[in-house]
Amino acid sequence: MIYIIQNYWQPFLYSDGYNMTGLAMTLWLLVISCVIGFCIALPLAIARNSRNPAIWGPVWIYTFVFRGTPLYVQLLIIYTGFYSLDFVRDHVVLADFFKQGINCTILAFGLNTGAYTTEIFAGAIKDTNFGEVDAARSLGMSQFTMYRRIIIPAALRRALPVYSNEVILMLHATTLAFTATVPDILKVAKDAYAATYNPFASFSIAAVIYLCISFVLIFSFRKAEQHFLAFQKT
Amino acid sequence: MFNLAGYGPQILAGTITTLELSILSLIVSFIIGLLGASAKLSKNRIVSGIATVYTTIIRGVPDLVLMLLIFYSLQIWINDFTDYLDNLQSTYDIEISLDPFTSGVITLGFIYGAYFTETFRGAFMAVPKGQMEAARAFGMKPTKVFRRILFPQMMRYALPGLGNNWQVILKATALVSLIGLTDVIKASQNAGEGTFRTFYFMTIAGLVYLFLTTISNGVLILLARKYAVGVRSAVL
Repeated sequence: MIYIIQNYWQPFLYSDGYNMTGLAMTLWLLVISCVIGFCIALPLAIARNSRNPAIWGPVWIYTFVFRGTPLYVQLLIIYTGFYSLDFVRDHVVLADFFKQGINCTILAFGLNTGAYTTEIFAGAIKDTNFGEVDAARSLGMSQFTMYRRIIIPAALRRALPVYSNEVILMLHATTLAFTATVPDILKVAKDAYAATYNPFASFSIAAVIYLCISFVLIFSFRKAEQHFLAFQKT
Repeated sequence: MFNLAGYGPQILAGTITTLELSILSLIVSFIIGLLGASAKLSKNRIVSGIATVYTTIIRGVPDLVLMLLIFYSLQIWINDFTDYLDNLQSTYDIEISLDPFTSGVITLGFIYGAYFTETFRGAFMAVPKGQMEAARAFGMKPTKVFRRILFPQMMRYALPGLGNNWQVILKATALVSLIGLTDVIKASQNAGEGTFRTFYFMTIAGLVYLFLTTISNGVLILLARKYAVGVRSAVL
């Protein structure tokens, strides 16, 4: 255990000398995929609540497919699958993009968390009190202003507890990145295991790091809830 | 309809492995969840403390990390233990080797047992106290109270969470192919590598999962209807 910590603390935390690895990589994956997911989810959540089937239909299919299949399968399709297609390999830009594990990982993670976040936000938007919408209309707000000022801020607040769960699950999902050769915490742990044949020590160091990130996330989301949902206090 | 290039039987066998794995893990985690929830609600501080530590740690650590940790370490621990037994009685040579399927069931059951514990704890607390008191007043024994009163009512509250957990377990079995189990993903990967059509075969694996989750969604709706018998729901 001590030997592994002495030899691997640097790759476990931030770098193996050449690339960003370990904790830094995991956090980067988590942040970038949550940002992408959030940006996808917000417009799609509004579209999901549309009354026009041509608008909510495609969104429903997107969330259905991405929530109904394991992330690992999605990652494999994007990472190994796309590159096996001829037109991707012949296309310069696409081939360049899909050749690199990190691009595929971020794409898969972003799309995956985007689907879950869409459903979370759509549920929160759907729960909007009709009185609030009536009041907004009676003040002469346009559709856009109503969403910007009334519906979205309130819906995001309501979605916060569920969204925090999704972020924690996303943290757990980032462990799959090592299958696409991305050097995250688990990849470093696997390397340490391969070098020392000590699985318990290598993987429990990784587990402790993940546990710490989880606790920090849970703590900060609790603080955020106290701030943004202060009006709900009983 | 699909041209599977002769890999159909393998993919089908993989699908069955995936299903067996998920159902067995569901059963294991269901039992651990019931025990864990009873432990967490127990008045004994030590018992409830152990259960709290269990759920906190398991739910804070990614399932894949735990899976690799348990898969690689468990075998070493078992080997150490059997070596110890061998030294005690040198006439026997005990060897227990874990295959990926067994360790998959153990790890998935152990991990999702923590999630089930939380689900059941909430559901147990949702059953009105008066029900238990009435059952005890009728002179029912604790096991009978559990079987006749607590469990059927608890299930109604637990069902949405249970359904969620089942879907998560079903998708988490995908990870077991990483420790060498030939499930539907591994079979499709083999097929893809054999025919150079990875995209096509991975899509088929995805469709298999989509099919399984859709079916289980339907079953869950039916179950929810069954356990909601006698409960009036609001008509909007």
